[in-house]
Order: sequence, then structure tokens, then C-alpha cells
Amino acid sequence: MNEQAAVVSLKSLTKDFARGGVRALQEIDLEVRQREFVSLIGPSGCGKSTLLRIIGDLVQPTSGEVVVNGKQAHQARLDRDYGIVFQDAVLYDWRTVAKNIALPLEMLSWDRTRRSERVGEMVELVELAGFEGHYPWQLSGGMQQRVSIARALAFDPPLLLMDEPFGALDEMTRERMNMELLRIWQESSSTIVFVTHSIAEAVFLSTRVVVLSPRPARITGIVDIDLPQPRNTDTREQERFFELVTQVRELLRTGDRSGEELPA
Amino acid sequence: MLRRGLVFAAVLAGLWALWEAYRAFGVAVSLTWPFEVNERTMPHIHDMIGQLFEPSRRNGPLLIEVLGKAALFTAKEAAVGFALGAGVGFLIAVALVHSTLLQRGLLPYIVASQTIPILAIAPMVVVWLGGRGLPGWFSVSVIAAYLTFFPVAINALRGLQSADPRAHELMNSYAASRWTVLWKLRVPASLPYLFAAFKIAATACVVGAIIGELPASIQDGLGGAILNFNQYYASSPESLWATNIIAALLGIAFFLLIVLTEKLVVRRAPEHFV
Repeated sequence: MNEQAAVVSLKSLTKDFARGGVRALQEIDLEVRQREFVSLIGPSGCGKSTLLRIIGDLVQPTSGEVVVNGKQAHQARLDRDYGIVFQDAVLYDWRTVAKNIALPLEMLSWDRTRRSERVGEMVELVELAGFEGHYPWQLSGGMQQRVSIARALAFDPPLLLMDEPFGALDEMTRERMNMELLRIWQESSSTIVFVTHSIAEAVFLSTRVVVLSPRPARITGIVDIDLPQPRNTDTREQERFFELVTQVRELLRTGDRSGEELPA
Repeated sequence: MLRRGLVFAAVLAGLWALWEAYRAFGVAVSLTWPFEVNERTMPHIHDMIGQLFEPSRRNGPLLIEVLGKAALFTAKEAAVGFALGAGVGFLIAVALVHSTLLQRGLLPYIVASQTIPILAIAPMVVVWLGGRGLPGWFSVSVIAAYLTFFPVAINALRGLQSADPRAHELMNSYAASRWTVLWKLRVPASLPYLFAAFKIAATACVVGAIIGELPASIQDGLGGAILNFNQYYASSPESLWATNIIAALLGIAFFLLIVLTEKLVVRRAPEHFV
């Protein structure tokens, strides 16, 4: 994978919040290559969501450089290089499932036929066929999140940013959604940066796990996840899986100088 | 639907019975407080309705015909006033939501505008617009609009700001223009707020039109009819009461029109409907 071009390249990224002068991120250097699935993990409030938003040009860094697909992050946003999935689905209540998925396509001025064709494919991909005409409030939390993933992938963005997308779901739904996300990732050509505070989720999904320290966040370490692809329910029971989980947990502990409670 | 109809009919019958019962009680015990109860102060409801089907004057058309025409005339004034007021109110909100400076500078005056009684504004509007050769009823519409724009502006502003911050972030991630954010996010998100305002405005514009007819000296509307029947209250109290019923029905019709439009336009979970 090393010969692949970098999709995201962060150079000594620092972020201070104007209010209260709190330093959120300190000297972050990171490269994410094409087709990678990189998870950012750290204690809650450490600034991993802020880091994700800086990559997406939704928040401006205090200093340092963000290059996405060889461009400044701002240009990448103007070029619609990002798909974003939040912790809550953030669907538009007044739009049906199909119209929610079509939203970014409208932004790109796709014509109606092309839009509905693409929506059809996306609905298949996230297994929501038959629900096109439903409104968000008629769907369960897991289904809403799948719509939001379909919306993010609809215009085939080179980079998918996911901010604890399954954090609000129950454990069973979450594991099923993990499987689906891996399948979708394999079927599409997206590169994914994924924020989570679940160690097991990060290890299960990722090709690399980036461990962040408590605020101000620095990279404590990066763990290469060498579990075989494609992953399945058995992956979670492999010896190697537990070793990697332990490795990530220890890195979290190393970075955790303030003695904050660790996520399970 | 049937159930709602039955509830409505039951409440109406109850109010009717209450009126008649109080009236009978007042007459029987010669009540003098808070007012004397007699034919003049509390006509029978069936007499009010009966009056509608009496000639309005000797050999003239039935009262209901006269009031029907007056109601249509006032409805035109009110509808134009509603459209004008709602349009202006919405545009003000769109301007304010895009500029905190405007919001800080303009909002106090918008609030102040509503503290001036309509009766103080109305003659000036009539003089200004009358001088431009505009028809009298249009002045009345402007007066109605004056009452309409305020709730719309305030609620629309709130509604345009109501979208989830992350919904804005999503728009941002698509590099959406202000215009796109307005049409695809702010406006649809504001609709429940907008319709709540429209419901207030729907009744306010009817009241505004009726009151506006007085200083504009317009005889063709319900305001004119109310003024007229006021003068004959001693001899025919039922006529004024009948006019009030028609005026109330007009206000209710406007309100229901808004409710119907909302059901057709706003797609929301059922609990969002007020």
C-alpha cells in the first residue's frame, strides 16, 4: 500500500480554540493512503472530532497544513471530495429516503434520470430497497444511519469522513452495521477516516488505528491492523484480534497521563 | 374525521345551550349584574340566525346576501393583506437571518411597529395611498398587512435558524452557496414555524381588514356593516350579532385554509403539527 498516493496528508497540525485558549490538537502528522480505512481513537473530548472536521475543512486549524488529494483542504471541499457521516443521521425530515440520498446529487446538478438511477443503486447497496418513499421519522435508528451512509457515498466521494457513526446504536445493530460498512467499503473505492471511541470497533474495521492522547491530542501511536480481509464474525474471535485490541488499549493507557477512565 | 365532527358539534351545542340557559336564568331572576339580561343584551341565538334570512330593509335582499357580499369584499382585502404581510414578513426574516448587524439594528423597530395602535396608523395609510389614486380597499389591505407581517417575520426568523448545526455542516461539506442553503435547508426547516405564524396572521388579517375599513370609510365590507348595525342596535340587536357570526366565520375560514395548506405542504412526523 505504501506506493499508493496519499489521500490525506497532515503536517504539524495544531488547533487552539479561541475561547479559553484551550489547545485541542498538537503537532499532528499523519498520512492516509488510498483505499485505507483509518480509525482515530482516543478518550472522549480529546479532539478527534475536531481533527476530522479540520480534514473536511469545516474547522480551520491554527497552524499546520492539510492536503487532500494533492490540494488544500478548502479546494478539496469546493471540489466535493468529501462525504460526511455524523453520529446522528442528520437526515432532512421533509425529504423521503430517496430525496435525502439525492441531496448531494442535486448539489452537483445531476439530472433527474441520473439521480434516480444512482439513488436506486445506493438503496440496494445499503439494503433499503422498498423504503425509498419513507420519511426519516418512519425508520429505525440503524436504518436512518444507513440512509446517511448512502447519502455520503452517493456521489462517490474519494474520501469518506465518519464521526462516530454508530455511537448512538445498540451493540447488536452496531456490529451488523460494522459488517455492512466493510462490505460497502470493499464495493466502493472510498478511503475512510473513522472516528470512534470503541477499541473493538476500530480494530475490527480498520487497516490502521491512530491512537490519540487526551487533550491536547497528540498521536500516541499507530497500530497496523494485519487481520485478513474480508473480515467476518469470526474475525472478532481470532487470537490476533485480541492481541491488537490489547495493543491499542495499552497505547491509550500510555497516552493517558491524566488517568482518565478508559473506554471499554 | 367523523369523531372530530361529532366533538365539534357537541361543543357547539354545549355553547348554544349555555348561552340560552344563562339567558333564561337571567330573565327569570331579573339579573342586573354584570348586565341586565333581556332581548336587547342577549338575543336568542336562533333569532340571530333567523335574522340572516330576513330582508335587510323593506323590500331589500336578505341580510345573509348583504353580509355574504360584505364578507367577500372584506375577504379580498384580508387575502391581499395576508399575502402582502406574509411576503414582506418572510423577506424581512430572510434578510435578518443573513446579517446579525441588520438583526440588531432593525429588530427593535419591527417590535416597536406593533406597539403603535392600528387605529393611529390607519388614517395615515389611507391618506398616503388614497393620494396615489389607489382604490380604497387597497389601503385596507395594507393595514391588514401591517398586522400580518409581524408574527410572520418573527416566526420565520426563528424557523430559518432552526436547522441542526450539523445539517449546516453537511451543506458546508457540499460547498453549498448561501442561496442553496436557504432553499434546501433553511426554508424547509422553517415551514412548521412559518405555518404557526400563518395561523396567527390568518385571523389577524381579517380583524385588520375589518378595522381598516372604518378610517377608510369603506361601506362595502363587514367593517361597514358592523358600523351600520351598531347604529341600529337598540331596534335590531340581532343584526349586529348576525354580522359578528359572519365575521367570525370568515376568520375561521381563513384559519382552516391555512391548516389545509399546511397538511398538504409540510411533511413531518405527526407530532410536529400544532
